[in-house]
Amino acid sequence: MIHDILSENVRKEIDSIRSKFPHDKNKSSIIESLLIIQHENRGYLNEELIGALAEYLNVQKIDVYEVATFYSMFNLKPVGKNTISVCTNVSCMLRNSDQIVEYIEKKLKIKIGQSTKDNKFYLKDEMECLAACNGAPMMQVNHVNYENLTFEKIDKILDGIKDD
Amino acid sequence: MIKVCTQTFDHKDPSSIQTYTKLGGYSAWREILNQQTPKSQVIGVIKDSQLKGKGGAGFLTGLKWSFISPNESQKYLVCNSDESEPGTCKDRDILRYNPHSVIEGMLIACYAIGASVGYNYLRGEFIGDQWKVTNNAIKEAYEHNFIGDNILGSNVSIDIIPLIGAGAYIVGEETAMLESIEGKRGMPRIKPPFPAVQGLYGKPTIINNTETIASVPYIIKNGIDWYKNLGEGDAHGVKMFCMSGHLNKPKVIEAPLGTPFSKLLDECNGILNNKKLKAVIPGGSSVPVVKGEVIMDTPMDYEPLMKIGTMLGSGGVIVMDETTCMVSVLERISRFYYAESCGQCTPCREGTGWLYKTLVKIRAGQGNQSDLDLLNRVANQIEGHCICALGDAAAMPVKSFLTNFWDEFEYYVEKKQSMII
Repeated sequence: MIHDILSENVRKEIDSIRSKFPHDKNKSSIIESLLIIQHENRGYLNEELIGALAEYLNVQKIDVYEVATFYSMFNLKPVGKNTISVCTNVSCMLRNSDQIVEYIEKKLKIKIGQSTKDNKFYLKDEMECLAACNGAPMMQVNHVNYENLTFEKIDKILDGIKDD
Repeated sequence: MIKVCTQTFDHKDPSSIQTYTKLGGYSAWREILNQQTPKSQVIGVIKDSQLKGKGGAGFLTGLKWSFISPNESQKYLVCNSDESEPGTCKDRDILRYNPHSVIEGMLIACYAIGASVGYNYLRGEFIGDQWKVTNNAIKEAYEHNFIGDNILGSNVSIDIIPLIGAGAYIVGEETAMLESIEGKRGMPRIKPPFPAVQGLYGKPTIINNTETIASVPYIIKNGIDWYKNLGEGDAHGVKMFCMSGHLNKPKVIEAPLGTPFSKLLDECNGILNNKKLKAVIPGGSSVPVVKGEVIMDTPMDYEPLMKIGTMLGSGGVIVMDETTCMVSVLERISRFYYAESCGQCTPCREGTGWLYKTLVKIRAGQGNQSDLDLLNRVANQIEGHCICALGDAAAMPVKSFLTNFWDEFEYYVEKKQSMII
């Protein structure tokens, strides 16, 4: 049954993650494995996947669940296909990141934390500093950095993302 | 311009092993293996060079290494590439433009402390760029047998392994990082025992910041005096300063420790649109803010910054001009620590919420004088009462913003609006 939930490709990747740690330290593989599983599952995790990883790693389901709920890059609900994170911490705030968020909200007709109706975009409510302070204001789209943003640049980047 | 960790940055294909070795890379590592340099000698060089931890705490790196417990056979090195202190963006450049300096530094550190495994833990948000460069560089170094079994026929075997996080500021705290590597929530551990005695999987472990580790090969290669003399005045060595905020040309500058702030400002072509400088947070958002005129001639080094009531921290220099509303900035900083508190210690979990909510209330024009006292009181109750430094990091900005810009906060609660129009 577990083989139906986790694809052969995912299982192979998890096996290679396991080889990074001492053989009896299965929990150590949880974080990186969840990133792989989430990526394969269109950007989010669910109970079934969490249970399957626990079984595959031979750890408790709660161990996996704890990790999945603690780290901000894991989504436990379906989200839009392309994740947009705008950094709004001090350095970016001083360079008008709040206007950047507002502009994207208007453009995509959503509020921060929501996904678009067509499920193409997810505007994450990013709390962290994304470590590109000298390129403020900045955003990540699917974890690729775009810096020194202007409204025109945003249009170009987001309009350039194909529907599939 | 001196270049240590940034040496490869301006070269073509900066992250490749060819570029790194062409500039003398891996020669320090070869020399150690050829000479079978005693471990204590390697630690001694790093200690005497006065290299200090560049992640924020500024602890002497060689001294930290010397604390490694000699008893256990299995030991670990962890390179902390979870760069996430607001205002800090230097390790991201080292990781993408000079990844082999990190690998060589980790190898030397592993050798010195007797670790057979070194983990490099990158923050999850680096998965798009730095993660790929790091993995590729490690693969190259294995192919050249700088890492692996019986390295260059020396009988020394060390593995360097990249790890990735998934979004959590707190994991930058060294014991939280160990918890995270063990596959748990990133909640800091009570110290002692210190990681050098009981760290990853209960084994002796040394954790160093990326910039610190990347400095190691250059110090081994060029010597103690070379590194010490790079500093200006009484200062030793160099630091990468992440210049951000209201600047004409924000950038990361590797400069001698002890460089006056005014010189760094000039390097960035001064304040944006030639406005006046108001305030500076010199070491990432956790350290106290200071007024512009106070820091202008201050040498950017540990002691001189302490003397003016702040800290060098991570070198995240956030510059604010005269149009900045300090109440809004503090609200934003407090939001961050509230969101990132792991929730383990009550003063931090509850206190960061009180700080943020009180600032939101003031900004909404619903605050009064007693809220300003409340902010100070809550900050005092958090400070020093938690397992890790996140609580202090939330408290210090509040206290320093209130001390330095009291009239601005008072104006806001009285007039229900910002003094800055």
